Formats: sequence, structure tokens, C-alpha cells
Amino acid sequence: MDALVSGLTFVGIYGLSYGMILFLISVGLVMTMGLVRVVNMAHGVFAAFGGYIAVALMNSAGLPYALAIVLACAVAGLGSLVVERLFFRRLYGASELEQALLTIGLAFIGIASLNLLFGANVVSATLPAPLTANIDLLGRSVQVYRVFVIVLGFAVVLSLWYAIDRTTFGARLRACVDNAGMAEAVGINVRRLFAISYAAGSCLAALGGAVGAAILPLEPIYPFKYLVLILMVVVMSGKGQMMLAAAVSIFLGVVDTAGRFLYPETGSFLIYMVLLVYLIVRGNTLIHSPVVR
Amino acid sequence: MMHSTLVPAPRRWQTWLAASAYWLVAVAVYFLFPRNLSLASSILVMSMFVLSLDLVLGFAGIVSFGHAVFFGIGAYAAALLVLNGYAEPITGALISGAFAGAFALIISPVVLRVSGLPQIMVTLSFAVILFEVANKAVWLTKGDDGIGGIEPLPLLGVFKWTAFGQTQFWYALGWLFVIFVVVRQVLASPLGLALQGCRENAQRMRFIGTSVVGKLTMAYVLSGFVAGIAGAVSTQTTKFVGLDAMSVDRSIDALVMLVLGGAGRLWGALLGTPIYMTVRQFAAQWNPFHWMFVVGGMLVVIVMLARGGLLGLVEQLRSRKPRGSAGGVHHG
Repeated sequence: MDALVSGLTFVGIYGLSYGMILFLISVGLVMTMGLVRVVNMAHGVFAAFGGYIAVALMNSAGLPYALAIVLACAVAGLGSLVVERLFFRRLYGASELEQALLTIGLAFIGIASLNLLFGANVVSATLPAPLTANIDLLGRSVQVYRVFVIVLGFAVVLSLWYAIDRTTFGARLRACVDNAGMAEAVGINVRRLFAISYAAGSCLAALGGAVGAAILPLEPIYPFKYLVLILMVVVMSGKGQMMLAAAVSIFLGVVDTAGRFLYPETGSFLIYMVLLVYLIVRGNTLIHSPVVR
Repeated sequence: MMHSTLVPAPRRWQTWLAASAYWLVAVAVYFLFPRNLSLASSILVMSMFVLSLDLVLGFAGIVSFGHAVFFGIGAYAAALLVLNGYAEPITGALISGAFAGAFALIISPVVLRVSGLPQIMVTLSFAVILFEVANKAVWLTKGDDGIGGIEPLPLLGVFKWTAFGQTQFWYALGWLFVIFVVVRQVLASPLGLALQGCRENAQRMRFIGTSVVGKLTMAYVLSGFVAGIAGAVSTQTTKFVGLDAMSVDRSIDALVMLVLGGAGRLWGALLGTPIYMTVRQFAAQWNPFHWMFVVGGMLVVIVMLARGGLLGLVEQLRSRKPRGSAGGVHHG
């Protein structure tokens, strides 16, 4: 009985924190897909850059944990504005294959740059002392860091909910997701709105990359390694549904953790099976299928 | 990128001249680079694989991001056939291709009912799952080690497989030529035209009474069959099959080669593959991450500046010099 509770606690805490990181990394892409339907295969690059920059600021410049992460997010957000201006503007309205190809190209370049700047080895983040301590939770010793990630994740979910549901900016954003043409016709600057939400999404991805460095280790291939997971969240959340994205991320995080915990040998399959079943069941109602065959 | 553009159709003798020149160059490689025959064979095999991708992605508009699954099934099937005592190479390749085609038939209902991003996701997840299965099923695939020492019978019972790859080269070239002719015939047939119709507008094809799913299934299965043969020929010519036969990397590589040459164009695969693989050969000593700069840059440049790849550029050049004859849609 104790073993069961302890196992459930493990899966709950680790799955939840993992899911939160997944949410932070992918929510920006969910937003982008909802707004302009750009299949961005390079989204993980911002998460990786955020993580690497934060670690570099901590290790080389000696900045405190929180400050390093905030700075990394800011850098990623500004960088994403440049990328948006240079490349993405040309992709609006292009075919999904073209979008995928161009952004895969950008991801390749991002990965090569990560290797050039930070080396090919896995980089680990050193957590500040309070986060590395352990606490007892339902009879299991859990690192404070995991709890911190969960709390942070919920804080982001709440603030996003407030921003989207309770502010004028959010109302405009929702209008654009529903009907960009009509939103533009009533005087909403869709381009600017998109650039802002894109930068915000990249900031959050960088936050996820930096805070989650102890869960998803930083390495140059990071943007591709977690691409399928990120895209899973996007596909299963529908267009622009950010709260749904949070639920899906947590679900995927828990399922993946449970799979690996229960069946260490084959558990990594479980999540792909979930995706396949989902696609088989829901396939023809998904976003981006204007033509159902 | 995939849409055929209206350009003056090349005259018949021009097409024949270009085609003959292409195959003559392929034959000349044998005499000019006798020390690089294994690279040449691998280019021929990969061209066959990329051609199978062009069939679905370029012509039928099915976005497959996990096409190496079929290559891998064919490659492992060929190895297991030899290990189990069936060592005749040509029928062995056909049987291996049939396995891959059968798998394509099995997954086609799932792959073909979606399009766009969900289709990318479906094909990608099949690729990841199959790779993991091959990785974990050590009793069948020997996992990470791969299966080596595969010795098919001499070709046609006469030509022994040689240490420097002479027989292997002709074998691969023969397969590529045959497959190319078959694919060309299929694309010129009513089925080929219907496929392009489905790519351009599936809804209208339905309106005029075409069974869109039926046509796409045929293309998908044929493509899986061809990719399986390519995988089998790869196993037979290298005497080895490893996990990289199924890897997502191979699928993405094939995509890059295809768009480099020109997707939706009959010669796109046959042009893009040799160029890409030859350049990569020169960069073989580099850090693999540096090579990613080249691949990434190539993709960005093609999508932003040269939609239609190299063949698209050729078409643009041709359409700048207007000719007296009427224009027509063509792919070649």
C-alpha cells in the first residue's frame, strides 16, 4: 500500500513538473499556430537558447539563478522578434510543407550555432541550494525543485488565463485567433499583435528551457529531441487553446512519466501510442485539415 | 514549391537528350571514379528512395516525414531473407519491397485521412515508434550492432559481388533505371494525373467523381514498395543493415535532397540526391554539427528564394526566354 502511494506520488510530482516544463516550452507554439498557422519546427531553439544563456550567465558571469533566467528570457524574446521579421513574415499563407521545411532549416542552423557557441556536450544547470533540498511529501522524499517547477507552472497558467480572458490585449488576441481577417477589418493591428505574442511565446519557451534544464538536459540537439513532444501538445490542443494546452501538457507529462516508471524497458513507447490513438480517433477533426479526405 | 509552373514545354528531343546525358554520366562514373564505387552505389540507392518520396510528396501531396520506415523495412527484410536461406538478390529485393508496401497499405488509412501538420505528426510518430521497435527487438534486428555479413547469391547466378563494388554499382544502377521508368510511366498514366489533381485540390477531384483516398492509397503503397526495394538494395550492396536505415535523420535527409532537386518534378530526386550526397562527402571530415549549417542554409534559401529547387530555377530561366510554341504544364 505504501509502495503504491509512494509510486503514485512519484508519478504525480515528476509527471506534473515535467508536464509544466512541456507547457512552458510549447505554449508559444500553440499560440502561434492559433494566430497565423505557421508550423514552426524551430520553436525548441528558443527554449534551448534560453536554457544555455541562463546557464552561461550563472556559471561564467556568476549571476544569481532568478536574474540569469529573467535575462535569458529577455534575450530570447528579443531574438525571436528578429527571426519573426526576417523569416516568418514570408511564411504567412505559404503551404505547410514550405513552412515545415524552412523552419526545419532554421532549427538546423540553430542547433549548429548552439554547438558552436556552447560545445557539443550536455550542459547541466547548478540549482541554488534551497531548490536542491528534499522534503517529505506523502511518504516520499521529493526535491524542492520539482515543487518549485509545479508552482511556477501554475503561476504562468494563471497569469496567461488572466491576460487572455480579462485584458483588452487578450480579447484582441482571441479575436485574431477566431478570424484574423475580421479582426484586422475592425482595426486590430494583427501583425503587431502576432509579433508581441510570438515574442511572449519565445520568452516562455526560454523560461521553460532554463527552469527545466534539470528535467530536459541541455544539448545542441535539444530542439529536435523534444520536437515531437512539443508538436504533440500543439496537435492535441487545437488552435490557440492555451488552457487546453496546459491540460494536454500535464496529461502527456504524467503519461510519459508513468510509462517510464512502470515499464522502464518499453515505457517510452506509451506516449507515441497515445498520440497515434488520438490521431486515429480524432484525425479528421484536427486543425489544419480543411479538406477531410 | 510543389506546384508545376506554366513554362514552355521542352521539346521532345531536348528531353531525350537530357535524359540520355544523365544516364551516360551515371555510366561514366563507373569508369571515371573506380575507387568511389561504394559511394556511387549509395547515391543510386538513395536516389531510388528519394524518388519514392517524390511520388507521394511531390506528386500526390502526401507529406511524409517518416519515409525511412519503408526503407528500413525493406532493408531488414532483405537481410533476414538471406539469413534464412533465401539469397537470390533480385526476387529478394522484390519480396522485401512487398513487405514495405504491405506496411504502407496497413498504415495508409491513418496517414491519408489527415493532411498538413497532423499528417506530419502521424508519419513522424510511426517513424519514431518503428525505430524504437527495431531498436528494442534485438532478437530480430541485433539492435544497435546491426546485421552484418549478408552474402546474397551472385547476381543472375553469374556475377559475383566484388570487393570494390563493381557488381554492386551495376546492380544499383539497373534498379534505379527500372524504377525510374516505372515511376515515369505511372506518372504519365491517368493515375499520375489524378494524383496531381488530388494534390492541387482534393475537393474538386471528389466532385468529378474521383476516389481520392483510393488513388492516394495506390500512390502510397507504390511509394512504400519502391522505398522498400531501395532499402533491400542498400542491404544487398553493403552486406550490412543498421538502425540508421530507419532513422528519422534519413527521412529528413531525403526531404532535403528532394526539395534541393525540385519536388513534384520527375528528375528532382535524380538531380538533388547526387549533388547533396557528393557535397556531404566532401564535408565528411567536418564536425557533423557544422554540416547542419549547410543543410539548414540550403533549406532556408530554397524555400525563400528558389521554390521548386534546382529544376525550378531551370524552369524560371527557360520561361524568361519566350518561345513561339504554346506553353504547357509539364514536370521534368
